[in-house]
Amino acid sequence: MSTAAVSLGTPAAPGLGERLWRINWGLILVLTAIAGIGTVALYSAAGGRFDPWAARHAIRFGAALAVLLATAMVPPKVWLTLAWPMYAVSLLLLVAVDIAGTGRMGAQRWLMVGPMQIQPSEITKVAVILVIARYYHGLTREQAGRFLYVLPPLLVIIVPVGLVMVQPDLGTAMMVLLGGAALLFVAGVRVWMFLAAAVAALGCMPFAWSFMHEYQRKRVLTFLDPERDPLGAGYHITQSKIAIGSGGLFGKGFLQGTQSSLNFLPEKQTDFIFTTFVEEWGMVGALVLLALFALVLVWGFSIALRSQHHFGRLLALGVTSMMFLYVFINTAMVMGLLPVVGVPLPLVSNGGTAMIAVMFACGLLIGVNVYRDAQFPLVR
Amino acid sequence: MRYRKGDGERSGLFTRRTLLLGGAQAVLLSTLAGRLYQLQVLDTQRFATLAEENRINLRLLPPPRGLIFDRTGQPLAVNRNNFRAMVTSDRGRGVEILVERLDQILNIGEAERNRLLRELRRSRNAQPTVVRENLGWEEVARLEFNAPDLPGVFIDLGQTRDYPEGELMSHIIGYTGRVSDEDLVGRDDPLLQLATIRFGKKGVERSLEDDLRGRAGAVQVEVNAVGRVVRELDRAEGQPGSNALLTIDLDLQRLAAERLKDHQSGSVVVMDVVTGDVIVMASTPGFDPNVFARGITQSEWRDLLDSPERPLNNKAIAGVYPPGSTYKVVTALAALESKAIDPWTVLPCPGYLTLGDIKFHCWLKGGHGGLAVVQAIAQSCDCFFYEAARKAGIDRIADTASRLGFGKLSELGLPGESPGIQPSRPWKQEKYNKPWQQGDTFNLGIGQGYMNATPLQLAVMAARVANGGYEVQPNLLLAKATPREELVPPPPRETPVAQSLRFDPKNIALVREGMTQVVAAGTASMLKVDGQGKPLPPELMFAGKTGTAQVKRITERERDMGITQASLPWHLRHHALFVCWGPVPNARYACAVIIEHGMAGGATAGPIGRDVLVETMKRDPSRHVDRFKKMASR
Repeated sequence: MSTAAVSLGTPAAPGLGERLWRINWGLILVLTAIAGIGTVALYSAAGGRFDPWAARHAIRFGAALAVLLATAMVPPKVWLTLAWPMYAVSLLLLVAVDIAGTGRMGAQRWLMVGPMQIQPSEITKVAVILVIARYYHGLTREQAGRFLYVLPPLLVIIVPVGLVMVQPDLGTAMMVLLGGAALLFVAGVRVWMFLAAAVAALGCMPFAWSFMHEYQRKRVLTFLDPERDPLGAGYHITQSKIAIGSGGLFGKGFLQGTQSSLNFLPEKQTDFIFTTFVEEWGMVGALVLLALFALVLVWGFSIALRSQHHFGRLLALGVTSMMFLYVFINTAMVMGLLPVVGVPLPLVSNGGTAMIAVMFACGLLIGVNVYRDAQFPLVR
Repeated sequence: MRYRKGDGERSGLFTRRTLLLGGAQAVLLSTLAGRLYQLQVLDTQRFATLAEENRINLRLLPPPRGLIFDRTGQPLAVNRNNFRAMVTSDRGRGVEILVERLDQILNIGEAERNRLLRELRRSRNAQPTVVRENLGWEEVARLEFNAPDLPGVFIDLGQTRDYPEGELMSHIIGYTGRVSDEDLVGRDDPLLQLATIRFGKKGVERSLEDDLRGRAGAVQVEVNAVGRVVRELDRAEGQPGSNALLTIDLDLQRLAAERLKDHQSGSVVVMDVVTGDVIVMASTPGFDPNVFARGITQSEWRDLLDSPERPLNNKAIAGVYPPGSTYKVVTALAALESKAIDPWTVLPCPGYLTLGDIKFHCWLKGGHGGLAVVQAIAQSCDCFFYEAARKAGIDRIADTASRLGFGKLSELGLPGESPGIQPSRPWKQEKYNKPWQQGDTFNLGIGQGYMNATPLQLAVMAARVANGGYEVQPNLLLAKATPREELVPPPPRETPVAQSLRFDPKNIALVREGMTQVVAAGTASMLKVDGQGKPLPPELMFAGKTGTAQVKRITERERDMGITQASLPWHLRHHALFVCWGPVPNARYACAVIIEHGMAGGATAGPIGRDVLVETMKRDPSRHVDRFKKMASR
């Protein structure tokens, strides 16, 4: 079989030199720049100290970079094989979190593994992408368009969404749902099905409302009208807008932010790190950071489009969509365009699991580029 | 190869849809840029202001309240350190637990707990709230020990008022309390918005409030989200309140209060007839103003309000009594001034006069026969003054009385002063819508009927007669000075600066002579000797006028049944009054005494007036400013 493939003129698996050459070093440079901005912002959030966040952030990025490179060198075939087991493990971890997790602000999100805190929902996001990519890799266009064939991937999305909603983690649920939808869309699911799903979702809204936690309802109401409780639930978003707005065009200057250094900003080192950065660096800094993320997305799209195999295409696009959702949901939230849901800004927010997961995903993305012309049989 | 079959088809679809998705993402990212522009360019000024407001907090520094001393420099109102527990809440979070813990440590009680919860929940901008004032050392220690469990609680060193003389000076000094809405009328001092500031409520604390308060300092601080001060940005020192010297002589005040103690309630006022300085102003019973400083309880307040002796009332200025025979000074002067009588006019006294079918009795059964004005004053002959009043006429009497200070507020400035009542034709017309009657004039002639006056007004009358007819005004403030200036009494003065009341000096001299005869050979001749029975030396001789004011008229039938003043219940007995001045003839001090329901003026009020006046003349506080001592601790 393999000799036959070679005889058909398909290129052999690339050698080590070729593989290293194909790694998107420019993309890695952009990711490093983003992590650098994160380190600067965390240094500032700690009041001009490397402790407790900035130093660990930089070190962690070094480790995550190694993970990325190692991941990029693994042939996609391996991920194809590992997709379902990884998905299964991530589901188990989610269940474990629901049972034995620790957390704060009414949500269980962490799992203690020895001294390490891991957040299984971050692993889930990648696992869902892998499984869906694997599934559509084995379908023809006609099959992908058929209604019955859309049910398995829907189930793959719905189960983890349900599990993270229980925690409750509205941010991850939204990301998995929207990320999955993006994958189904590019995989060829008919547009009328999306419209039907949207209508159904609208119809279910009152139902969902009754299942929401008190703090989630509060967040939604507060998002709709932040002034209704400026010292309570609306406090976060009001203070964040004050910080961003008062930064102006060029910012207050490095270490000069008053809102974050005087603790008016909540969660300044995690979900609101963008605010901390933008208060000090202004609109210019914000646009630079957004442009860097946009570069990552452009890179992701081009890798997806250049992949010779469907699994790679879908995997690359899934990772790219995930990055987009991270960035968009987080920044729109701190600017008061979306309700406050717990989504970190990748590579900038303080947090270990999220960074490893993002870098692992980027490793997969680069791996798609490295093995863009690999050929492997369809497996069901 | 199966995996290649149809891949072109699905890859084409993938590419189209990916580009669509990429476009959508680009649009969404542009939205973010637009939002940034809106926040950071269009609205940046508004947000910059909000950020500054978050960061900068202006805190007022309350200045120390001015101190009050008597004329000899003894402290009457001072400031004492007050450790208060204060709390700032983090936007109302966790207040229930916090208040619960505070209750365990300080035992603050149900009502206070509810007040705290209410104030903490609505507190914005982390303005501190008072938990408890006047903490003891033990309570401070317990709070400090538990500090880690009490976020936002801190101990603040403030000041409270302390009144070392307590009840003795309670009516003059008054007390302070929380600022009320009416206190704010006409005052826009930002200091009054502070939760810890106290405002004068009564007495001098009230009348000198705007001097004593001082000006607020301010400190601009940078605060963090829970209101904790991070650093000080700017500081403007305030100005401490002015200190004040009162005209009161504390030792004489104490003597007067001492002498009043034998009676349930009464009042003594001593005035300098040249300067108007109030040397003594006693009113018994009093209250302890320190109770107000530490916070009065509901039941303590009720007790003070419900007492029949009205301890909260400064009887020297707020108590009104019919002046009785002391008013005969006014009637005599009015009759002389109207030329209805002359020094030799003898008016008959057969024991009573009749007007229509009403008999007006003289106090001396059988009557005085006939007397001229000096002897009439000395013997306090009622018939003489019925007739003199009739001859002078109501208008003349009202005018003379008004010039002597009756029926209107003095310029003393203490809150709660009563103007008393000086009846006149227009007054009766307005009040009762009835014309003035001859009988009213008869009653007024002997200080009864509608007539009402305060002890202060009686002292003012005596002073104005004693100084030869000058319009001296009572005055409580000897000197005031900011803490940077020196606080010393002014140099002594020997002639009045007040305007003359333009009475004929001969008439004033006749009235003075009448009052001198009261003590020399008249109704108060028993006061010629001191308490031990020794005759007073000539330089301490004084003049006076007794008065016994009727509260309930004892009818002839009751008198026949043997009912006397002493057998009546306390609240129905006559008031005892005595006004006096001395030394004779060069008067310097005037004194008025009233013993509520003291029955007989000469016997009850007289000795008190004599003792206080004689002691005042001996010490002569107006001339002996050398007795002033500066407080060592100032």
